[in-house]
Amino acid sequence: MSILDIRNLNVRFATQDGEVSAVNDVSLSLERGECLGIVGESGSGKSQTFMAGMGLLAANGRPTGKVLFDGKNLIGADEDTLNAVRGDRMSMIFQDPMTSLTPHMRVGRQLGEVLIRHRGVSEAEARAQSLTMLKRVQIPEAERRLDMYPHELSGGLRQRVMIAMALMCSPELIIADEPTTALDVTVQAQILDILRDVKERLNTAVILITHDLGVIAGLADRVAVMYAGRIVEVGDVRSIFADPRHPYTRGLLACTPRLDEAGAGLMTTISGQPPNLQRLPSGCSFHPRCAHVTDRCKTERPLLEVVGPSRAKACFVDVKAA
Amino acid sequence: MAQSLLQVRDLKVYFPVRTGGVLFGEYTALKAVDGISFDLKSGETLGVVGESGCGKSTLGRAVLQLVPVTAGAVSWLGSDLTQQDKAEIKKCRQELQIVFQDPLASLDPRMTAGDIIAEPLRNYFPQMSSDERKAKVQDIMAKVGLLPAMVNRYPHEFSGGQCQRIGIARAMILRPKLIVCDEPVSALDVSIRAQVINLLMDLQKTFNLSLIFISHDLAVVRHISHRVMVMYLGRVMELAERESLYRTPRHPYTQALLAAVPIPDPDKERAKKRLILTGDPPSPLSPPSGCVFRTRCGKADDTCTSATPVLDAASSGHEVACHHWRNI
Repeated sequence: MSILDIRNLNVRFATQDGEVSAVNDVSLSLERGECLGIVGESGSGKSQTFMAGMGLLAANGRPTGKVLFDGKNLIGADEDTLNAVRGDRMSMIFQDPMTSLTPHMRVGRQLGEVLIRHRGVSEAEARAQSLTMLKRVQIPEAERRLDMYPHELSGGLRQRVMIAMALMCSPELIIADEPTTALDVTVQAQILDILRDVKERLNTAVILITHDLGVIAGLADRVAVMYAGRIVEVGDVRSIFADPRHPYTRGLLACTPRLDEAGAGLMTTISGQPPNLQRLPSGCSFHPRCAHVTDRCKTERPLLEVVGPSRAKACFVDVKAA
Repeated sequence: MAQSLLQVRDLKVYFPVRTGGVLFGEYTALKAVDGISFDLKSGETLGVVGESGCGKSTLGRAVLQLVPVTAGAVSWLGSDLTQQDKAEIKKCRQELQIVFQDPLASLDPRMTAGDIIAEPLRNYFPQMSSDERKAKVQDIMAKVGLLPAMVNRYPHEFSGGQCQRIGIARAMILRPKLIVCDEPVSALDVSIRAQVINLLMDLQKTFNLSLIFISHDLAVVRHISHRVMVMYLGRVMELAERESLYRTPRHPYTQALLAAVPIPDPDKERAKKRLILTGDPPSPLSPPSGCVFRTRCGKADDTCTSATPVLDAASSGHEVACHHWRNI
């Protein structure tokens, strides 16, 4: 059974200006030990898809559909059911390591809390295991850090504490939401190495949410590309990068400046801007920005269709032929 | 690209920071920029890269005299800005502009796009007729890709990319010779980032602008810059022509920085040589003795602890501050 199986998930937010459709009919599945990369720009719904699964949507958010974690639906589940799973069998790493740690709690207590709660261990035992975990994520002088407060740590160390916390109960699934976006590139490389190690050694499934295609290329086994709350393309990481079939995926890859290529002249761009989620364009949401747009794209919405082994895309146009 | 517009010599910016208690602590100098020199020609882009806290933004602000300069000279067209009074600096600022990182926060939320873009004109040319001002605003809006109808809208009605276009229009309206771009695309989505980079390159060509392009994104800097400066803890580690720097990085820090950037290609990214720096940059309040990079450098030895390396010309136009660059 898949560790995570999302079926026809929708997320709507009620706002003063009307309803916002953040996630539209998203279906995804993830096997144990697999890393699925979720790529998309701001507002593409990539975070909200998983916040819905964790029961962490804002108060005005309403999810419908199913998020099956190891066969059990988490949408609409009560707090007790969610709390039995969250932090224990699945945990989350957030983008901003400062605001996601409790500022007035020492690192050791924050780390140990989850063990005391889920495993009922003693404080001394929780502290010992916290120390082991800090060492595993390569925090220097781990013993001393246990008694520090989050503000005494650098951004890279804080993010390592977040990862250590996520790993405390050996979860089967980690959701990493832009885990390295706030970090410098040398520190990003260290954090990605730790995530890679966790995935390979502990067989933990990882959802890696990011806008950085380079980060995806290094870690993900499969990739789902999201635009305006929908999955527009999904596939094996190598085939997505080597042979992107959706015009948006192609555009994203083309307009990402690459360090291994000398830039010459103007960069490739995707014209226009991401759509307003309150007033999505008719038909395919990407059609106003698409170079391959046809009349059909303006009226009819393309569904996600299988286009090859482990590949699917939501587009009427064969980009290769066009 | 001939004449040198800007000459920065041994620029130092130290901030006094109280360490060890609010009441009885002592002031320590935080050396944000510590002895930086460079030239900038007209029509040239100098990329400034480095990790957070390396002093790259402070350098940009010091060039524009937006932070107090501790020592050194910033010569703009031959006259030293650090020696001038406020009125003279204000005059020079017509030619020296800045674009900030956060596109929305750098615009006054209660002013319309048109007012924001026109403000430098009101400031420098109060006698200008409103018709002329309107015409100039419309003209620059068209050049940065904003529609005329947007002139009466407020910043919150624009997307991030459009706000950055407003910021660029505001910087461009006085027809400056130099724009300091402080992380201008870091807050933007990938598809919008390329549009703004293209706009800057386009404006540079049209108006023969010089740019100081400050960014932590090494791939973007490679695309837009003619020359690139790599900073670490307030000092220059390496300064070279773009291709020379990216093809043959000489400094161990530049090499590690370049190796750490993920490449959007699964095969290349997974096969590439790992050269991971350990730890975080040290605190700028107590930088290491000798070479500031030595605590994270695999090549460091006793020389690096005792002597501070100076910039050495490795080849024509390629300077590197490392004792051991010949052996790397």
